[in-house]
Amino acid sequence: MSVRTLEIDGRTVTALEGQTIFAAAWDSGIQIPRLCHLGGLTDPGACRICSVEIEGQKKLQPSCLTKVAEDMVVRTNTDALKSHRKLIVELLLAERNHVCSVCVLDGACELQDLASALGVDHVRFKPQYPKFEVDISHARFGLDPNRCILCTRCVRVCDEIEGAHTWDVAGRGRNSRVILDLDESWGESESCTGCGKCVQVCPTGALFLKDKTVAEMRKDRSFLRYIVTAREKKLWISK
Amino acid sequence: MNAESLNRVRTAEHDRQSGLTDRIMCCSVAGCLSAGGGAVRAAIQREVGEQGKEATIEVCGTGCMGLCSRGPLVRSAAADLVYAEVKPDDAGALLRHDHSRFEGRLLAPDHPFYIQQRRIILANSGRTDPERIADYISQGGYQALLRTVTELTPDAILAEVKMSGLRGRGGAGYPTGLKWELVARNPSALKYVVCNADEGDPGAFMNRSVLEGDPHRVLEGMAIAGFAVGAQQGYIYARGESPLAIARIKTAIEQARREGLIGGRVLDSSFQFQIDLRIGAGAYVCGEETALIASIEGKRGQPVPRPPYPPEAGLWGHPTLINNVETFANIPTIIEMGGASFASIGAPTSPGTKVFALAGRVERTGLVEVPIGTSLRTILFDIGGGVPAGHEFKAAQTGGPAGGCIPAQYLDLPMDYDSLSRIGTMMGSGGLIVMDSSSCMVDLARFFMEFCMDESCGKCIPCRAGTVQLHEILCRMTRGEGRESDFTLLAELSGLLRETSLCGLGLSAPNPILSTLRHFRQEYDAHVRKRRCPAGHCQIPPLKEHAA
Repeated sequence: MSVRTLEIDGRTVTALEGQTIFAAAWDSGIQIPRLCHLGGLTDPGACRICSVEIEGQKKLQPSCLTKVAEDMVVRTNTDALKSHRKLIVELLLAERNHVCSVCVLDGACELQDLASALGVDHVRFKPQYPKFEVDISHARFGLDPNRCILCTRCVRVCDEIEGAHTWDVAGRGRNSRVILDLDESWGESESCTGCGKCVQVCPTGALFLKDKTVAEMRKDRSFLRYIVTAREKKLWISK
Repeated sequence: MNAESLNRVRTAEHDRQSGLTDRIMCCSVAGCLSAGGGAVRAAIQREVGEQGKEATIEVCGTGCMGLCSRGPLVRSAAADLVYAEVKPDDAGALLRHDHSRFEGRLLAPDHPFYIQQRRIILANSGRTDPERIADYISQGGYQALLRTVTELTPDAILAEVKMSGLRGRGGAGYPTGLKWELVARNPSALKYVVCNADEGDPGAFMNRSVLEGDPHRVLEGMAIAGFAVGAQQGYIYARGESPLAIARIKTAIEQARREGLIGGRVLDSSFQFQIDLRIGAGAYVCGEETALIASIEGKRGQPVPRPPYPPEAGLWGHPTLINNVETFANIPTIIEMGGASFASIGAPTSPGTKVFALAGRVERTGLVEVPIGTSLRTILFDIGGGVPAGHEFKAAQTGGPAGGCIPAQYLDLPMDYDSLSRIGTMMGSGGLIVMDSSSCMVDLARFFMEFCMDESCGKCIPCRAGTVQLHEILCRMTRGEGRESDFTLLAELSGLLRETSLCGLGLSAPNPILSTLRHFRQEYDAHVRKRRCPAGHCQIPPLKEHAA
């Protein structure tokens, strides 16, 4: 496999041909913020948080999908990008009911972490306060769509890793929501295997374990690396 | 069918028509039908029957004759006259050509509405019956396809289309020849041709009228495209909301298949090309090519990031040519007249004609087809008859929710792709909505933002959540509750959508705001600072006095 040399944020970086800018940056210690991307799953390019500037290109490009090229010059953290990211997080916080103080994932939430890393200290938009129904019909898991950011990680992990395709998205625009099977309750879903992978990959408190306190509720994604490596390289690595 | 039998059908239809003393062509597309065109046609048919002239006078349906605001329209082929606002009890007078009864309701070919139009796409509208393939063939239909499969090579067709300078009529204006070449040069053995008939801009009905009025022209264009790029399968992706267009496409596909004009051996050659219909479920975003592809594949109609572009990897991962209805409808004409002569029509950088759907505050609304580069003044005032009496022209919106407005100072601007994008709007697919002094530009921006918000698929955050907040701010302004800081938010959010959205819907959703802010900033200021709507359109309650 051939190697490509490019510049990311002023640093010379070598990457494998076919690698994405996001992966190449990560490998050399530059962490581009993201919400919908999760290593091991396909990338929908939906959250737009990881968009970067590429010299010579008018449009911003999602780094999770854009492949590296020789002599490419990439900037991942300009003022314009920072303000776009802040604005996206602000929009998310106004879109649904992200009230950290009453959320089981307080302190371990990716949206919360991103907001504080970007310095989002207030929201200038009118909160929409949606009233989606909470589904706690499953014995061990719960779904609160009011905390969902529609990253579709649950949809993808269920389809691509577990192979059940229990989750999907229904509705459109602001009325979009993740559903199980043909919009059935979790407890009644016949295709759900109860593996809980969706809960573990969910970046917010939208999917949660029912028997955990705020202090205990942490998400463990090590299974992804384990399964994906086994599948792709036919190699069992220890967790 | 082969060359000989095609010409036999053509001659037979000519003979049949010359045996008639008149053909009464009743507009049978959605506009006139909803104005009572069906009853008019039945009444004329009955009258012909009572006079016992069924053998010499044919009463049939036809495509859009343009002046939709004065429908139902009926054309007499013998008199070469269009009768407007025909009622069922006009049938007798119409057949007698008793023109005294039609005072002010007669449109001759030199009527101001028609005289400056040039009809290529709509050439057969008013002249042929869309449900009879022989009628299309009698007007020279399928001759271009015959020439394609018998005389021309794919390279020769690509050369003609490139020489014609034709640009995509869906809105973006990408050179059609280049797009075809990308697909043609792809070595893949399996390729597709897709006709984008998912026309969804508010107030736009160009494509629907073409499909309802002359569906065979589109099929012929698609088959020629299939031959040029090396595809054997075509799909028409039509809106579920246009049942009549769907019915006409189905009829046309069946007829063309039966006659061997599409299918296993096109016109007895070794070229095979199938066309199938796929129907959308009412999502505007499915007009975006990657969402359209997802929808045809049976998936949720959401866009996916490009690249790869469809000519590289489209339907089921295979190279796919996607063109708009009107683009395909131009193809038979280009092959017939040659790319070079086609290039001499219209503006040098954008040859050909464009169909516009004229709507809003204008006297004569309907479909017009003019050479590209015709000025807005000609279209609105000469053809459209100007704004209603007592009002003043303010602006015209082109490109629907993705476009912008053209204010009065640009009335003489030639309507071509480049001139329009220079003043911050776009050609779009052909919707032309006219505003006069009674229209509020802030409310116009609010209307289009509401449309984008409802039609956002919800996949990417900037579009899904950004349109909601932009709409919120504009609603606030039209209620007289706007704040000074809202201008900053409008600018920031518009910038975010334009730079980070996943597909064209989000990328262009702020355009109506930016364009109205550019040309009508004073109206925004009046709403926010003076709590007043200059057009008198928005209901802004007076401020309540504080109790002492």
